[in-house]
Amino acid sequence: MNEFLIYSLITIAKIGVVFGLVIGSVPVVVLAERKLLGWMQVRPGPNRVGPWGLLQTLVDAAKVFFKENIIPDGVEPLTYRLAPILVITPVLISASVIPFGPPVTIAGREITLAIADFDLSLLFFFAVATLSVYGIVLAGWSSNNKWSLMGGLRSSAQMFSYEITLSLSIVGILLTSGTFRLTAIAAQQAGGFWHWNMFLQPLGFVLFLLAAIAEVNRTPFDLPEAESELTGGFHTEYSGMRFVMFYMSEYSSVFVMSSVIATLFLGGYNPPFPYTFGTSWFDGAIGLFWLLAKIGALVFFFIWLRGTLPRLRYDELMMLGWKILLPLAFLNLIVTAILVALNWPGWVLGLTGVAALIVTDLVVSQILWRRRRAAG
Amino acid sequence: MSPEIVQAVIFYFLAAMLVVSCAIVVFSHSIVNACFALLFTLLAVAGFYALLGADFLAVTQVVVYVGGILVLLLFGILLTSPLPIVLGVATRRTYYLAVAAGAAVFAMLMIIVRAFWAGQPAVPEQQSTLEALGMLLLGKYLFPFEFASLTLLAALIGAAYLVRRNDR
Repeated sequence: MNEFLIYSLITIAKIGVVFGLVIGSVPVVVLAERKLLGWMQVRPGPNRVGPWGLLQTLVDAAKVFFKENIIPDGVEPLTYRLAPILVITPVLISASVIPFGPPVTIAGREITLAIADFDLSLLFFFAVATLSVYGIVLAGWSSNNKWSLMGGLRSSAQMFSYEITLSLSIVGILLTSGTFRLTAIAAQQAGGFWHWNMFLQPLGFVLFLLAAIAEVNRTPFDLPEAESELTGGFHTEYSGMRFVMFYMSEYSSVFVMSSVIATLFLGGYNPPFPYTFGTSWFDGAIGLFWLLAKIGALVFFFIWLRGTLPRLRYDELMMLGWKILLPLAFLNLIVTAILVALNWPGWVLGLTGVAALIVTDLVVSQILWRRRRAAG
Repeated sequence: MSPEIVQAVIFYFLAAMLVVSCAIVVFSHSIVNACFALLFTLLAVAGFYALLGADFLAVTQVVVYVGGILVLLLFGILLTSPLPIVLGVATRRTYYLAVAAGAAVFAMLMIIVRAFWAGQPAVPEQQSTLEALGMLLLGKYLFPFEFASLTLLAALIGAAYLVRRNDR
């Protein structure tokens, strides 16, 4: 067997594993969301199928395969059928750059635990992740339904507004780490939780987290599918497997986005205590365990937000994005650039970020309070 | 199986995608379908860049054209026109003009390729272009780079000023 063929086979195997992981996460995240929301709202949640209702999402998935696939009259047939595929494909492709563990050596061959590991992997992630907005806009347009169209339009406007903050807030990390390569960024954060980028870039972390929630259309930024206003938004007219594709893409993008947040800011596959990775498969498994633990914590945070916060109004969404998050992202970029150029130690950078967060919080809450008092 | 064969397969796949989607962009009567086909055209071009080793250019193509400009186009179309969006049929004269313009661009590209890049290999050695590009943009070509960004900023401010309502 020649070298190229072996390389191709390894890559195909990696694709299979990551695909299984991302798609397999969907029923787990859905079940976790339903159980946790039930717990937060003091009701049992799913508890009939299997022990503690654990098999509920599997049964739902099986049911969905037998649902009728309705194509309503008056839709644009081609785009209507393509839109769900266009939503889920970018999510799966963008998962290809995430490092799931340290490089391991199996049978004398070094294997990177990411499907694609190249110099621009972070930029590639952002480039591909933005493509799913096409599926949403086209689904909204081709459904020939005013609510769907409004959902699609809201989605594209929201994506624009928050994408800028999303990209700008990581430039700070690029400055401190000096690379676009996700595997290198993850490897740099080894040696205990105090080395994580979260403490080097607190402001960038908060901005990225907020913008990421908006990008994956989660509450409180789920205006494209606001059920009380738009009867479901862009997927109103969809049913059966096509609807499930939207559903799956939403939950798998939560998983993928969480893994990127974990890799960029929470140390990636590194455990929170100093640990030197060897190159055995077992060390790879340890890395995967810690990454999954961090993803789990982030998913819990997303669900917690959904259980806590009401949906923003549209003008509030735009105000938050353009008047608060974007200027803060620029501020973060400028301050980080100056401190990196002056070669100051990392804790100054961290403290500046925390101070900026506190000042912003005070100023914004002060403005909101005055406004509310003025309104009576 | 060798890398060359896989590269050839990818090349012909991208070429087919480019030609077919371009044809849809040009001949489709629905402007949304044309926009949608343009998505695949731009992606195919990004694929060509990646195949030629211009990794940064490929990703930037996707970020700027696919992720930014095309979304704006779609947004503009969907926001301004009612649902059955049908374009007028082009006249014979526009067809002739379009064919002539296409031929002129093709001739110009052929002349550039033949005259300036005759002796060079089609695919340079595979290495990341990121560092070299950064050095050039912020070193040798710093002034044009900053000048372009300032011009764009001025255009942005001008546009924001123009669309402002004058009722205050």
